[in-house]
Amino acid sequence: MTDDPAFAAGNRTVLGSHHFTEDAIITFARKFDPQRFHTDPVAARDSMFGALCASGWHTAAVWMQLNIAEIGRYHAETLEAGRPVPEFGPSPGIRDLRWLKPVYAGSTITYARVVRGVRNYVSRPHWSILDSTAEAFNEANEKVISFNSAVLVKLPGWDSEA
Amino acid sequence: MTADADLIHFEDLEPGTTFSLGPMPVDKAEVIAFASQYDAQPMHLDEDAARHSLLGGLAASGWHTCAMLMRMMADAYIRRMAGEGAPGVDFVKWRRPVLAGDVLSGSSRVLTRRRLRSRPEIGIVNMRHQLVNQRGEVVLESENPVMVRIRAPDGDLA
Repeated sequence: MTDDPAFAAGNRTVLGSHHFTEDAIITFARKFDPQRFHTDPVAARDSMFGALCASGWHTAAVWMQLNIAEIGRYHAETLEAGRPVPEFGPSPGIRDLRWLKPVYAGSTITYARVVRGVRNYVSRPHWSILDSTAEAFNEANEKVISFNSAVLVKLPGWDSEA
Repeated sequence: MTADADLIHFEDLEPGTTFSLGPMPVDKAEVIAFASQYDAQPMHLDEDAARHSLLGGLAASGWHTCAMLMRMMADAYIRRMAGEGAPGVDFVKWRRPVLAGDVLSGSSRVLTRRRLRSRPEIGIVNMRHQLVNQRGEVVLESENPVMVRIRAPDGDLA
């Protein structure tokens, strides 16, 4: 379907690292996940987590932030090399999201994406579905989050083959 | 602060128990603000580009919709539940675009529950969540387990 190694099953891309500050954790949680262990550093000490930690949706959203930035870099490099660029579309959803460890205030989390494969998207000609595994690790190299993502992608070559 | 006994416990979450979510308006400025930070793609940022995308209009990032679901769940029941967190989410299906100007509402329903052998004071409750827009169209479906404290760990419970 494509010979671009970026889409080969097993291809692992480190997306980058993100530092979770107490302020950012509280700002996100006040808006979207106002539970005391995400919004109140003092109350969080008496919670099951023992300290202020990020909303699981905050941890997940940062994967998307770094993923989008990496796709931007990939686009630029691909254009520069004179190769056709794929077009990314919406996502039908995610599966098997696991919050494995709390992401505490002050920690730096490193995110990655592993390609699982590309399959045809039957209901829309020219579009495929790219399946990936998202994962992230703390400084102790403990996995803190993982999930399976899917995204529609129009791979180069489809237009000329159509 | 609510007394612990008054919180929603495992015993209260019989299969079929349902909590109403929302309504929550989807504000255009917030769609753009969330996407600018976490999901900077044209269909979430720019009305013209969005109109020509597969989504057909300025649409919230799916992650933003998840975050809005979380807020609606927190307001509806999580903040008065003896909860011990959620280990994850089985699936989220973004079924239809959530467009700026939409109003979301929905429900969280208990599917099944079981006690944990390893932690007798905790039970796992599997929940199904659904969000609809103002036309009643399903925009998001999700299921996930949540850990909830048992009010009387020694008590008899189905």
